[in-house]
Amino acid sequence: MIEITNVCKTYDTGNKALRNINISIEDGEFVFIIGRSGSGKSTLLKMLLKEVEPTSGKIVVNDMNLGKMPRRYVPKYRRRLGVVFQDFRLLKDKTVYENVAFAQRVIGASTRKMKERVPNMLQLVGLSAKYKYYPQQLSGGEQQRVAIARALINRPEVLLADEPTGNLDHDNAIEIMRLLDLINQKGTTVIVVTHSNELVNMMQKRVITMDRGCIISDEEGGFIHED
Amino acid sequence: MRISTFWYCFKEGIKNICRNIWFSLASVATISACIFLFCLFFSIVANIQHVVDNVEGTIGITVFFDENLTEDEIKGIGAKIGQREEVSEIQFTSASEAWESMKNDYFSGHEELAEGFADDNPLAGSASYQVFLHDITTQDQVVAYLQQLEGVREVNYSNSAAAGLSSFNAVIGILSLVIIGVLLAVSVFLISNTINVAASFRKRENEIMRYIGATDYMIRAPFVVEGIIMGLMGAGIPLVGMYYLYMRSVGYLTTKFQILSRIFQFLPLSDIFPYMAVVAVLLGLGIGFFASFFTIRKHLKV
Repeated sequence: MIEITNVCKTYDTGNKALRNINISIEDGEFVFIIGRSGSGKSTLLKMLLKEVEPTSGKIVVNDMNLGKMPRRYVPKYRRRLGVVFQDFRLLKDKTVYENVAFAQRVIGASTRKMKERVPNMLQLVGLSAKYKYYPQQLSGGEQQRVAIARALINRPEVLLADEPTGNLDHDNAIEIMRLLDLINQKGTTVIVVTHSNELVNMMQKRVITMDRGCIISDEEGGFIHED
Repeated sequence: MRISTFWYCFKEGIKNICRNIWFSLASVATISACIFLFCLFFSIVANIQHVVDNVEGTIGITVFFDENLTEDEIKGIGAKIGQREEVSEIQFTSASEAWESMKNDYFSGHEELAEGFADDNPLAGSASYQVFLHDITTQDQVVAYLQQLEGVREVNYSNSAAAGLSSFNAVIGILSLVIIGVLLAVSVFLISNTINVAASFRKRENEIMRYIGATDYMIRAPFVVEGIIMGLMGAGIPLVGMYYLYMRSVGYLTTKFQILSRIFQFLPLSDIFPYMAVVAVLLGLGIGFFASFFTIRKHLKV
């Protein structure tokens, strides 16, 4: 469960990115966070990743108070999260298999475990046949699938996706959303930051809308009208 | 640490070196130069010290006593001298032993010339002590002590060779420390620079590692491996060079300048190389480890 209570963030420049944010997300939920550029969505995501500290307020993720977490525990905390970015952030000199296995490698998993888990994960994202390919040999949608496989390989409790369809065409974007939905159905909490109203409407999930650092709406099965 | 993780870090360290091969080579070359100079000075200082030790063992201070002193009185003073902590050994030569020695040295083959002195030792009153020191640099203070002793008539000592060599060795030691220190600083700077370049090449990878939950240690390891490998290469190259250079130089000097071997006994390679190798490897390892470890720290912040 994620509990964000009275969180504010003011950057050193004086920019107030978040103003008194209160959000509660249950285990296994699928939540969209939407809003214009500069509305504070990404700052919120960075706080969940413990990349940015709130100026005030409290964030608790699965009973862990992020504000009181010593720096040395951050890696362990992050292993319980999966993260997917708009630009995929794959390693170009590694194959699909190596990119996914990399996430296991850096946490010191055994080779046996890697050989067991990576093919399963590639199967889940539909890339079993392309495990020897390099990222530049794949389409954008396929690259994002690799990124999702990498995010999921360590079996995180929460998957954070920052504009995961931002660089994809319509069909690929829908495919990725279906994949995220499938992952959510398997029990992982999914939080997606997006600009795409069309995808949000299609998915019929909880939608939190932000504007200038504030939450302006929080609706189940949210539906957004195009401006 | 798992063996697979170790090999992964090792492989990544090698990759880092290959990615910035010219920076890496420059770093290795500087460490090599630093360690080569260290080995060179180490050999020179060790050999000079070896000569000084030999000389210290053969050059002594000769102490003569007032002619009216009995042998027992002289031996009493000798016991006092022997108690000094600078003194390693004392040898007593009585007047009759001195005369016997002189006869052997100067009248050998013409013993009849010395027979005139049969009952009248011309060296009566020449009983002496030969005083040997632990460290030749303390000679002046021991001489000063001996000269003020009551009953001591004369103190003979050699002021030149050993003390001069000792001072020369000290100067060489200081000079080598300064040069090695400067090269050490340059080596650390170059390794640090190479690691910085490698870190910027791997910026994306490190960022992903951090998001995935890699520990600082895991992110740091390939860079530290890179530093250590460069340090070890920087130590290995001059050691191999020094091994052959020392063997050839000693061989050349002792055959071409045979006169040298009478006054200068070179240390055998087997006596000097193991110590030199251990220190050189530790030096290379230390430079590589610390330069990389502290440089990569600033790249770890999320």
